[in-house]
Amino acid sequence: MSQTARPTSPHLGIYRWRVNMWQSVLHRLTGLFLCVGSLLVAWGLIAAASGAEAWSMFAAFCASGIGVTLLIAWTWSLLFHLCNGIQHLFRDTGMGYDAAQRDHSRTPSYFATGWMVIAVSVALTALVWIGLFLRANGGAA
Amino acid sequence: MSAIGDDTLRTPLKNVRGLGSAQSGVRHWWLQRITAVALVPLSMWLLWLCAGLVHADYATVRAAIGQPVHAVLLVALVVSLFWHGALGLQVVIEDYIHTRWQEVVLQILVRFGAFLAAVACIFAIARIALG
Repeated sequence: MSQTARPTSPHLGIYRWRVNMWQSVLHRLTGLFLCVGSLLVAWGLIAAASGAEAWSMFAAFCASGIGVTLLIAWTWSLLFHLCNGIQHLFRDTGMGYDAAQRDHSRTPSYFATGWMVIAVSVALTALVWIGLFLRANGGAA
Repeated sequence: MSAIGDDTLRTPLKNVRGLGSAQSGVRHWWLQRITAVALVPLSMWLLWLCAGLVHADYATVRAAIGQPVHAVLLVALVVSLFWHGALGLQVVIEDYIHTRWQEVVLQILVRFGAFLAAVACIFAIARIALG
């Protein structure tokens, strides 16, 4: 408390942006966005318990342009947070931090798994929504 | 707070030595991981359940929620979800809100909001499943 003039460590500005930094930022942002999404889950459950009119209001919101846009964003946020969270849990055990994993010449490396997390979350989101749109249009799925 | 030599010869180090870690140690970290592990299968299951109920009518939705296995998993989901979310929001508030009274107010609102939302969800699920 009394020693306020200590030198501080440099903040984000001095670092070269790498995929793990994007993962960290996106994990927090998607987490915040998913907290809002959790309220949609609550709204849906409460509406279903309340009656047909309440449910139709909820269903109409979900089917609206804003609703679908938000649902797609929530789907990706969930899948990214999920994939990145799984990577987090593995790294919590100490996996992936040794020198060989951070060696760029090898795959999968520390950074390659990060890109995989992002790619898989985008691919799964596309898969889910293409499937939903195909089914809505009476298609093969 | 006080400079060295105010009224005693005690240094600041003497005052903090032996007090241990700041508050609760790894409890928060550990709970965040436990709820995360629970949410891995539960969130995938929720996505699958919701995808199956797109365009479903009201009666179908109620029947799906009220089915015993679904109702139990939904309760497990909302408990883990709002707990995990509250733990995450707590850290974000700790990181970015540096005015003490604002931080305290937000932390209380997050806790109350998450608890209230979880209770409301459980009540809704129970009403559908048992009603």
